[in-house]
Amino acid sequence: MLKLPIYLDNNATTPMDPRVLDAMLPYFNEHFGNAASRNHPFGWAAEEAVDYAREQVAKLIGADPKEIIFTSGATEADNLAIKGVYEMYASKGNHIITATTEHKAVLDTCKHIEKLGGEVTYLPVDKDGLIDLKELEAAIKPTTILIAIMYANNEIGTIQPIKEISAIARKHGVLVFTDGTQAVGKIPVDVNKDGIDLMAFSAHKMYGPKGVGALYVRRKNPRVKVTAQMDGGGHERGMRSGTLNVPGIVGLGKACELCMLDMEADTKRISKLRDKLESSLLLLEEAYVNGSREHRLPHVCNISFKYVEGEGLMMGFNKNIAVSSGSACTSASLEPSYVLKALGLGDDLAHSSLRFGLGRFTTEEQIDYTIKAVSETVIKLREMSPLWEMYKEGIDLNTIEWTAH
Amino acid sequence: MSYSEKVIDHYQNPKNVGTLDKASKNVGTGLVGAPECGDVMRLQIQVDEATGVITDAKFKTFGCGSAIASSSLATEWLKGKSVDEALKIDNMDIVEELNLPPVKIHCSVLAEDAIKAAINDYREKNGLEKIKFEESVVH
Repeated sequence: MLKLPIYLDNNATTPMDPRVLDAMLPYFNEHFGNAASRNHPFGWAAEEAVDYAREQVAKLIGADPKEIIFTSGATEADNLAIKGVYEMYASKGNHIITATTEHKAVLDTCKHIEKLGGEVTYLPVDKDGLIDLKELEAAIKPTTILIAIMYANNEIGTIQPIKEISAIARKHGVLVFTDGTQAVGKIPVDVNKDGIDLMAFSAHKMYGPKGVGALYVRRKNPRVKVTAQMDGGGHERGMRSGTLNVPGIVGLGKACELCMLDMEADTKRISKLRDKLESSLLLLEEAYVNGSREHRLPHVCNISFKYVEGEGLMMGFNKNIAVSSGSACTSASLEPSYVLKALGLGDDLAHSSLRFGLGRFTTEEQIDYTIKAVSETVIKLREMSPLWEMYKEGIDLNTIEWTAH
Repeated sequence: MSYSEKVIDHYQNPKNVGTLDKASKNVGTGLVGAPECGDVMRLQIQVDEATGVITDAKFKTFGCGSAIASSSLATEWLKGKSVDEALKIDNMDIVEELNLPPVKIHCSVLAEDAIKAAINDYREKNGLEKIKFEESVVH
């Protein structure tokens, strides 16, 4: 039996894997110790659990456990990486290169850096959402200290060529930070093969708990340091003070272990479902995939259904299916998605987009239901859309003088 | 954000979706909004020339649920009203009837603008002067 509602918003957050919850539970009560209590068994049990989790996390990304700094999530890790490098390498320079499609946690941190007197270059992306490597290299100056480019995008799933980016960075002696929130646990990420110096990621995007994440900080070739952004007890090798969230960290560790174990099978199954969803929805007229279809996360699909508005569209099924939209109406700002606009999409197409984020627990039955519900709603709303009527009459919408309000 | 029951009802069972003959002399058409803003409303009225009463009203809307509900409600209110009475429909009446939250007030403004635009189109076709409206404040 199909159980409603169906969750297809796994880029926003993932449900916890029950195996993760099981691993965490003893650390809420039985082993409640403070991992920094070095002198009694309560502390030892907590520390041991944290050490084990650190190994699980490191293993997933090909790092050394000593290179993992636990944080409250990816936003904190993004802040720590960018602000921490900016402060630590101030004598070397003050220039950071990033891209226009980064997550707000990176973009707003960069805006903050600019207020502090730093210089930031925001690289544009092409219609697929990819940065141009030549433009990247041309943007590097003697004062450049950091390149901050996300591994994969949260809205369209586009995967950036991190290996090529880091090769360029290395040539110029610039550090590479990547926001790996959407990629880690979903596709193979290896900090050494990919040449990553710093990487942020989060547990709740890979079937772990909310409120915990990590920053990878390279220790060798080169040894990277970041200035702490919070003062306190000097936890996490002095880079992130604050009593460790032991149950959360245990959950992150377990989530990483499971992702490593299940990645191949999950990817195979989920990408098949995604492709079915996508090809079925593309049978509708005037439906377009946003972002690269080639360089893309296996579980993401972002589609614009021209002449219907995203929020109106979601209303047709959002009691039963959870997705998200790049439509302005879903955000407080009334501006459509800046990521979709950066691809060169007109505002009208950005308003018409839906993002489907599949996950470990998505079933074929759910996808079949979704295909039917979304298709029916698109057709119904087009019957109600004056733009669709004009399109069908062969009227070029660009020739109409709209009363922008 | 959750929608009021009335918005949901209009969305699920929109009243008066459709198209009137815009070339007809007794039909007034108002097309307001812009695709890049995420809302476009087309509202049409059919007027009995002898009595000045709106005998039919139709809409098509590209937009969110609140925009669809606002235009659906507007067409219901228009039917049976005289053109002069129709001019008195205020966007805040729509806000109240549909319990629109502040972020959706612009949908009701658009519906009011659509009514006025349709009436002016009708007036123009019938050799009457267009009415000048003050720019709506809420956008």
